[in-house]
Amino acid sequence: MKTFVGIDLGSTTTKAVLLDEDRKVIGHGITNSRSNYATAARVASQEARVDGQFTLFRRALTDAHAQVELDTFLGALERAFRLEQFLEQLDDLEQTCVGQIQGDRFAKVASGVKDSLAEVFKRLRAEAPELYAPGAKRKSDFFRDIAGSRYHAHAEEVARSAGLPYDLLLNVYDKSIIEVENRPPAGELSDKFRRALGRVLSAESSVKAAAPDIQKMIESALAIDLEETYLVGTGYGRVTLPFSKEHIRSEILCHGLGAHMMYPQTRTVLDIGGQDTKGIQIDGSGIVANFQMNDRCAAGCGRYLGYIADEMNMGLHELGPMAMKSDRPARINSTCTVFAGAELRDRLSLGEKREDILAGLHRAIILRAISIISRSGGITNEFTFTGGVAKNEAAVRELRKVIKENYGDVTININPDSIYTGALGAAEFARRAHLGQSDGSQQ
Amino acid sequence: MATPVNVSPTAEIVARANELFEDLSFNSARKWKAAQPDRKVIGYMPIYVPREIIHAAGMLPLGIVGGGDQLEVIHGDAYYQSYICRIPRSTIELGVSGRLDFVDGMLFPSICDVIRNLSGMWKLMFPHVYSRYFDVPQNYRDDTGGNFYINELAELRLALSELRGKPISDDELRQSIALYNENRKLVRELYALRVERPWQAPAAEVYLMVRAGLVLPVEEHSALLREYLAAARAEERPKRDNCRIVLTGMFCEQPPLNLIKSLELSGCYVVDDDLMLVTRWLIGDVPVEGDPLQNLALAFLHHSESTAAKYEPNQKEKGQHLVRAVKRSGAEGVIFAAPSFCDPALLDRPMLQHVLKDAGIPYIAFKYAENSGQMQPIREQAGTFADSIKLWSAA
Amino acid sequence: MTTATKIVTSRAPVKEVIKDASMMKQKEMMAAHYDRLTSAPETGAKVAATFVPGNLNELIMCFDLLNNLPEVNAIQSGLRRVSGSYVLEAEKIGHSEDVCTYVKSDIGMMAKGNIAPNGKKFPNPDVLLLSYTGCFTFMKWFELLREQYKCETIMLHTPYMGDGKITKNMIDYMVKQLKDDVIPTLERVSGVKFDIDRLREYLKRSTKAEDDLVKVLQSAKAKPSPIDAYFGGIYYIGPIFGAFRGTQDAIDYYRFLREEIEDRLAKGQGPVTPDGDMGKEKYRLVVEGPPNYTSFRQFWKMFYDEGAVVVASSYTKVGGVYDFGFRHDPDKPLETLAEYCLGVYTNRSLPMRIDMLVNYINEYEADGLLINSIKSCNSFSAGQLLMMREVEKRTGKPAAFVESDLVDPRYFSAANIKNRLESYFQMVDQKRAGASAAA
Repeated sequence: MKTFVGIDLGSTTTKAVLLDEDRKVIGHGITNSRSNYATAARVASQEARVDGQFTLFRRALTDAHAQVELDTFLGALERAFRLEQFLEQLDDLEQTCVGQIQGDRFAKVASGVKDSLAEVFKRLRAEAPELYAPGAKRKSDFFRDIAGSRYHAHAEEVARSAGLPYDLLLNVYDKSIIEVENRPPAGELSDKFRRALGRVLSAESSVKAAAPDIQKMIESALAIDLEETYLVGTGYGRVTLPFSKEHIRSEILCHGLGAHMMYPQTRTVLDIGGQDTKGIQIDGSGIVANFQMNDRCAAGCGRYLGYIADEMNMGLHELGPMAMKSDRPARINSTCTVFAGAELRDRLSLGEKREDILAGLHRAIILRAISIISRSGGITNEFTFTGGVAKNEAAVRELRKVIKENYGDVTININPDSIYTGALGAAEFARRAHLGQSDGSQQ
Repeated sequence: MATPVNVSPTAEIVARANELFEDLSFNSARKWKAAQPDRKVIGYMPIYVPREIIHAAGMLPLGIVGGGDQLEVIHGDAYYQSYICRIPRSTIELGVSGRLDFVDGMLFPSICDVIRNLSGMWKLMFPHVYSRYFDVPQNYRDDTGGNFYINELAELRLALSELRGKPISDDELRQSIALYNENRKLVRELYALRVERPWQAPAAEVYLMVRAGLVLPVEEHSALLREYLAAARAEERPKRDNCRIVLTGMFCEQPPLNLIKSLELSGCYVVDDDLMLVTRWLIGDVPVEGDPLQNLALAFLHHSESTAAKYEPNQKEKGQHLVRAVKRSGAEGVIFAAPSFCDPALLDRPMLQHVLKDAGIPYIAFKYAENSGQMQPIREQAGTFADSIKLWSAA
Repeated sequence: MTTATKIVTSRAPVKEVIKDASMMKQKEMMAAHYDRLTSAPETGAKVAATFVPGNLNELIMCFDLLNNLPEVNAIQSGLRRVSGSYVLEAEKIGHSEDVCTYVKSDIGMMAKGNIAPNGKKFPNPDVLLLSYTGCFTFMKWFELLREQYKCETIMLHTPYMGDGKITKNMIDYMVKQLKDDVIPTLERVSGVKFDIDRLREYLKRSTKAEDDLVKVLQSAKAKPSPIDAYFGGIYYIGPIFGAFRGTQDAIDYYRFLREEIEDRLAKGQGPVTPDGDMGKEKYRLVVEGPPNYTSFRQFWKMFYDEGAVVVASSYTKVGGVYDFGFRHDPDKPLETLAEYCLGVYTNRSLPMRIDMLVNYINEYEADGLLINSIKSCNSFSAGQLLMMREVEKRTGKPAAFVESDLVDPRYFSAANIKNRLESYFQMVDQKRAGASAAA
């Protein structure tokens, strides 16, 4: 089937969205952006394809009235698939690490290190299924994050009991991880799905009866070729995007169109990203009518919250809940990231409460964002709020207040998948380009 | 707020002034307007307008100096980029939020390009309000700048006459001039008291008393000043071991009140400043006899204060007004405090600093915004400055 | 599964920059001018300094004075990429980061030896003609220079057109200043007696040049436009805004330029760019605000690479507005100087500026407005956001907003500007296509 791919190369993460001919999102994928943008694009795109595959599985199982609890089954299948992916990458990592054992540094201890590595990876492989067990909480879904923390933990133990310096094991890891992370996923996707399916069918007794039918349905879904009919990429200007000119659209346009796809009635879009803020006005067709950006200064953006979290020794996700406890937000007039620490310490020493300061900070961030929105043309119903900060309940609370006070009753849209807004818009551009719906782009 | 029983008379007067200061809806001016039919209010921005003409038309001159640190700017930011000072955006905020909906006219004096351009913006945004850019001469010859200015004043007089529906007579102008002479005299007296005994007239209080003059009818303000002068002279307050400084650069966007308080808390008596220059712009009395417009013009040309927005034709004179202010008020140093992005204050500063250096007068400099929240750096700088002055004078 | 879209790397071939022939002529004129200036100590020529808005070049010439324009020097420093170090020097001396970078470039240049583009030292001015129009900073700039050079300074105050018109009071005031202050002081400094007929003669010459300049500017109404009225325009306004208005040189330059442009017009050619002729004209823009000089070529390239040509700009009127009928009138020499000073772009009220931009968008059939907002220039920048919205409202055409600075390279972020420009061009495409969602 025809699919249209949109890829958004952000400063922190790269997103991809797959759209079908009926403008339905079949899949989306995300990966952390790294130095090699072409790889990030490929990985995100494949993640979207995987997700798309699951959508096809769901459709196949639904259409054929499979005798199985869909969400549970597909959940298990996905976990099994991720496990297969993880194991594959672990193999790659092990081989690469072993390959690093050369040179003077390892001269005397080469075989010891090899043995230790083998032990480390044995343990990693053994515990891997746990990581993907139902209900397991992972700090992150990115290979580097998961593998890294577990590797460090095991390597420390193993090195100690083997009487080897820990940093030797660290060294080979550090040298390998980037390479492994940047290697495009190998192996046939279909085979991975089949192996995953095998795991699930053998593990889950509830589906044993329906197993042969399920296998047929899955195979029928796998047989559908997700053809990448057209691709459009977008992302930050300073990046040399790994696409040719006809396949690039500005991130502002993609963002505006993506918001329109999610909420056709929206006219004003606010995006607070990691390091910039965009205020976008769109018309009824999702075309951008006006925009303002603040891209010179990260004050009030995601990074700012990151610094605050660091200063307060808290997790980023804990800031919002703590700020929610306050009913007397401190008046904070500057969200300068550089002085965030000093301002914080000053206020704490003056006796102000943490939650009040945090609430004040969240208000300051929103005020700053509203400045950008004001300059872009104000707020016209409906209002859509996207970006990482949109997940912060304290920020959302302040936003609702400010909008109510100054613009009255406005519908505020916040989508948990808003991080895909840009990629969604890009995918829609891809679809339109393919259909020859003229958007005026150069031939 | 109810005044506690044993509050000093000074505190009670200051509380009244503070209430006026904090009222961003200008209720006292609204009440004044509502008290009689056909009353009009004319707003004006820094640095100077001839309020006498407005008063002579039976109208209330209302000084607008931005929204201060209690006003959140939401809509105003749609009009200005981040590298422009805050006073125009908070002024627009006051406008679009309806807080100035009772104001019938706005005067924008020639102080800088931002306020200049704001005059044009105001015409577009509030077309039903009489808006005027008030150009003052940079040529000080009677027959050149003087004539130009007299014609400017005549245009203003005519416009306000039309707004009122009745011409403004020379006698009305003379009476207004007399009242404003009196008011200026009282403000000078207040400043003189502060020079003489700064602990009796703390800078923050003096500020509130003078600031009240921006919203009160001149007669009421003069009465208030007399009250405060009497009370402040009578009340015994502890003397502090503060050094004496002149504050300069704050002639337009105003500092938060906390900033002024912080300066005194860190060891500096403010013995002179250029806050709200309009209240003291004309030095000495304007003659009450004769042609009032001519008198106002001549007073402007030859007996007015110096500031960054005013051209100094004589190189030798440049900056000397500051040296004289220091000497006159017995000050030991100068604090240059300018709003961020303020062209007049920041461009003038290096020249003024050279003059001070030649005269052996120490100084420090910092920037602020009308909504600055961080007083710690200000306290540190001012405190260090005060200490170093004391050390040097002891040596 | 189909292969993913090919990944592309592009590397443009290194080309020799192509300069228009009239640009060459202008380069000669500028070079000769700088030589005259720097050899003033030897020749004994006296030097005046003044500003581009309100540049009374014809009057200055009456006294055999050479005209050294600090703004032009700052622009040259910017184009030659030395202004960055000048600005830093000025800030080191104590000038604020917030103020005009023309001033800081000038101060820094003086502090570093005051060397002209020809490598020789600029002469000290004998008189500063403080033509106070359109910009508050001018007052402080010349107070600073006066402090440095301790020379005669003449204030010529041009009232602001706050009500959108010139009044008799304004003209009288200015003529009186000219008669009583400007001319007598120039006489005293130069030792040359004022001859009003000489002024008339120069004004006549100005008019000729102005006629041709306007023809050049208005050629952009054609499709395709044979000129770029912003980047290219900077070169075209050089002589008329600088030390050449009123000279035969200027008459020759503008005739020469006009003929060149008419030739391009006849051949249906687009504008010349540093990379040669621009390809197909895709976007016609009106630009408000000064350009950035330190990344001038880079900025320009972002336009012509996309087939975007600027058909009209406000900055090319900063030293005088000639395309709405005004000409220097030799029959009323002093009044005409006053009118000229009053009419410069930045001395016009905001409503007047908006009217001008709307007129340009309509008359030159532009696709929209682009504002290049300059961080250190309040005269242009304060109010541009409102101007943008007003112009959009009245013309129905989209506007875009980018931010940079005059000559401080720290405030030009190529990536950010390119991002905004590309978004804008795509926005214009979308609007043109009237793209409607399929659903």
